[in-house]
Amino acid sequence: MSFQAIDLFTLLPELVVLITACTVLVVDLYLPADRKDANQLITFAGLVLALLAVGVVGLSFGPEPTLAFGGAFVRDPLSDLLKGAVLVVTLLAFAYSARYMRERNMWVGEFHVLVLFALLGILVMISANGFLTIYLGLELLALCLYALVAFNRDSGAGAEAAMKYFVLGALGSGMLLYGISMIYGATGELGFAPVAQAMSADGAESRILVFGLVFVIIGIAFKFGAVPFHMWIPDVYQGAPAPVALFLSSAPKVAAFAMAVRILVDALAGLGSDWSDILIILSVLSMGIGNVVAIAQSNIKRMLGYSTISHVGFIFLGLLAGTHEGYVAAMFYAVVYALMAAGAFGVLVMLSHQGFEAENLDDLKGLGDRDPWLAAMMTLVMFSMAGVPPLVGFMAKLLVLQAVIDIGLVWLAVVAVVFSIVGAFYYLRVVKMIYFDKPVSDAPVDSTRDARIAVSVNGLSMLVLGMFPAALLSLCEAAFAG
Amino acid sequence: MLSQFPWLSLVIWLPIIGGLAVIANGDKHAETTKRLALGIAVAAFVVSLPLWLAFDSGTAAMQFVERADWIPALKIQYYLGVDGISMPLILLTTFITIFVIIAGWEVITYRPSYYMGAFLIMEGIMVGVFSALDAILFYFFWEAMLIPMFIIIGVWGGPNRVYATIKFFLYTFFGSVFMLVALIYMFFQADSFSILDFHALELGMTAQVLIFFAFLVAFAVKVPMFPVHTWLPDAHVEAPTGGSVILAAIMLKIGGYGFLRFSLPITPDASAELDWLIIALSLIAVVYIGFVALVQQDMKKLIAYSSIAHMGFVTLGFFIVFAIVRETGSAQGAAFGMSGGMVQMISHGFISGALFLCVGVLYDRMHTRQIADYGGVINTMPWFGAFAVFFAMANAGLPGTSGFVGEFMVILATFHADFWFALLAATTLILAAAFTLWMVKRVIFGPVGNEHVAALQDLNRREVLNLGALAAATLAIGIWPKPLVDVMEPSIQHLVQQVQVSKLPAAATADAGGATAVALAAARAE
Repeated sequence: MSFQAIDLFTLLPELVVLITACTVLVVDLYLPADRKDANQLITFAGLVLALLAVGVVGLSFGPEPTLAFGGAFVRDPLSDLLKGAVLVVTLLAFAYSARYMRERNMWVGEFHVLVLFALLGILVMISANGFLTIYLGLELLALCLYALVAFNRDSGAGAEAAMKYFVLGALGSGMLLYGISMIYGATGELGFAPVAQAMSADGAESRILVFGLVFVIIGIAFKFGAVPFHMWIPDVYQGAPAPVALFLSSAPKVAAFAMAVRILVDALAGLGSDWSDILIILSVLSMGIGNVVAIAQSNIKRMLGYSTISHVGFIFLGLLAGTHEGYVAAMFYAVVYALMAAGAFGVLVMLSHQGFEAENLDDLKGLGDRDPWLAAMMTLVMFSMAGVPPLVGFMAKLLVLQAVIDIGLVWLAVVAVVFSIVGAFYYLRVVKMIYFDKPVSDAPVDSTRDARIAVSVNGLSMLVLGMFPAALLSLCEAAFAG
Repeated sequence: MLSQFPWLSLVIWLPIIGGLAVIANGDKHAETTKRLALGIAVAAFVVSLPLWLAFDSGTAAMQFVERADWIPALKIQYYLGVDGISMPLILLTTFITIFVIIAGWEVITYRPSYYMGAFLIMEGIMVGVFSALDAILFYFFWEAMLIPMFIIIGVWGGPNRVYATIKFFLYTFFGSVFMLVALIYMFFQADSFSILDFHALELGMTAQVLIFFAFLVAFAVKVPMFPVHTWLPDAHVEAPTGGSVILAAIMLKIGGYGFLRFSLPITPDASAELDWLIIALSLIAVVYIGFVALVQQDMKKLIAYSSIAHMGFVTLGFFIVFAIVRETGSAQGAAFGMSGGMVQMISHGFISGALFLCVGVLYDRMHTRQIADYGGVINTMPWFGAFAVFFAMANAGLPGTSGFVGEFMVILATFHADFWFALLAATTLILAAAFTLWMVKRVIFGPVGNEHVAALQDLNRREVLNLGALAAATLAIGIWPKPLVDVMEPSIQHLVQQVQVSKLPAAATADAGGATAVALAAARAE
């Protein structure tokens, strides 16, 4: 295995993020406490550069997959789009969180460093071309997230959530690793392509492979938070500081999607009929339990947690179709979901202020009077999550339903739409709080410029992507063109 | 040349963009904002006129067609067009919206710009529903309609508005998602989302029945038909006057339109098999809901139930066609029933809209809708009394008003099919007269009921304008319905032809559904 400069060029976005993280780490040491905003500037610059790097690398290699490090790392249109989406979401997350973290004395360099390393883990997962690389990225991401969830050192709930997350996350990783070891045992390979090759050569009948597959799927389902591996989600969302919950609910889901596609589609396509059946069960359970239990929540962070679970069920709908259209639909859904989740949590972050956490549904009451623009943006996000046109959530649902009906599972589509009606209720309830109820507090809403821009971009993207989905869709198409 | 210009897009997007402008204008200069809203509503009506003036009533083909790719990857197109069925409904929409804006002029004090903006956006979306020829575009508008209406009822509605608006949203949402599944299913059969391609699609009996039910749930909720009508009285009672008018005058028509555009032409065999179900539900709506209306204490609820009964006529007129063909072996009377249903829809748009405006006039003055709180209103409000009595008569189907034309045509057509159906349908003439006139008697006539009534002011200029225009429209259609019927004629004839052609795959004609098709074919041969 020879090391070539071209390898490093393929890695440009990852390198930029890594260098940014290291720079913040060093610069932060020399910054006086009142100048911590410089961290934010460096981070923004780094993320924008990374976004540019994704574009440059993408354009210079084109639609053909590029391998690096002896096939352990791959850059293809899929990774380009997902990386772009993750970077955008992370940018939004930083824009939302500045004031919140500052008010709580958490505006320190470590926050940026941890998020950036988590981001690096996500980027590595997205571009992983073998089980080892994906595990590397996954653990880098997970370790940073554990620390981030407990970032508020004075919060008991935060520590509890982090502990829970850590134990369950470790269990999930263990399952995944065990499954990987089975697959390695059966095929003798760790790269995705060689595994797929070995499977087609031997025929995919081996019992060990299916055994391994089950554990791998459990690992994936843990990371997604699909029922019945969802227990950690509501607790972690509730316990984590709102900006962390924002990040946690959006970008890592894109990473989980990348992981699912890389492992299930790239490596284990030969077991398609097996994992497709498993995903049907996970999907129906997730949509059902996620939507039904969300109704009973009075804490909006928990509600959004259950809403995540239900959206994961929809993403699985696309994946389980096992067709080109299905993968495109799932990818579209994953990207759109990340944007919606960022928007919903972003509004919560903006509503929180010194000594007050906006986390109960009642805290949204009368937002339409307090801040009409923010209220309108939250409404767009909620209707989008409910899947009402002209918002993009509808397009995402349309695509996955289409994929499912295409393979003849009309009953599954009917189940999905029934649960989406159930889901519509609790999203509507949020809109009801915003517009139909009188405010219970008249506390000022965050009016920092960055957060305002972020929420406007975030909210309006729901409408614009919903009315003109063709561009994003064609990017998703290109990702699976090969 | 006139028909080359993208009039439909203009009629859709002018109010939507105008509505956003009205909202952006805010409430600081409320008077200017209201004028702007009215100006946009009038402009939208004016630009919808060419649809009628340049309409070629000699053909059933789609006119004013606009077609462009929207989402090429999914073969979804921005595909618009109108025929004789949708064009009158579009004009109805743009016409009624003007009066909704005027009716809210002084009454709405909380954020009037949002109120008027929401109605303008609503107008554009509803025109979109009537003119979409791509199934997904149709669904897009169909669902988008819920958002402004949800907010209108929830923000400006009565005391129990939250319950009513959530019920309204979930009911309609529930109805439509199954339609979405059916539309996607048909996409894979036709490889296109064009509604006209769906019309030409061959479908087996099982598929047709399932699709028929998916549509039925969607449209029956919207119409609304018994037994999924319960959201309507709640929504009407709680909605502000303008919301009630739009709901009754236009949104209910969207359900009826759906039957004509989707159910009948796409699933003719299933419709023929299951027409007894629709006829039964329609007759229940006419008779049972008529009795329910009789006992209402609340004026708005009474008119809401009367709407359900009248819409029962519409669905009866649409689905009686199969029974007529079976009974008489010819399609002669069938088109008559369908035209009757269409006329009834338009007429009901004017009359129910006007009745809700009348209730609004009283409510604005007295802040109560209970019949018992009124009495002898005519003594203090003679002009209002005259209008109210006129619209009540029209609602009861008095000859000379538009209410008579539609009912008469439907009953006449129903006679061709079955005497007993016609007899049951005709009870409406008694029931509608009973519940409307009894309400008029208790509210308008008699001695002055209490000191509040004694202090009432008669109509102001704006209210006279509103009610006068609607009265003129009601009379015009009642006395001379020919232009309206003529415009619809080719499209209705075409539709009647369409529903008689079996769409079962050739091999399947031996089964149960095939038998009907054979009978229909035999009928045509005669």
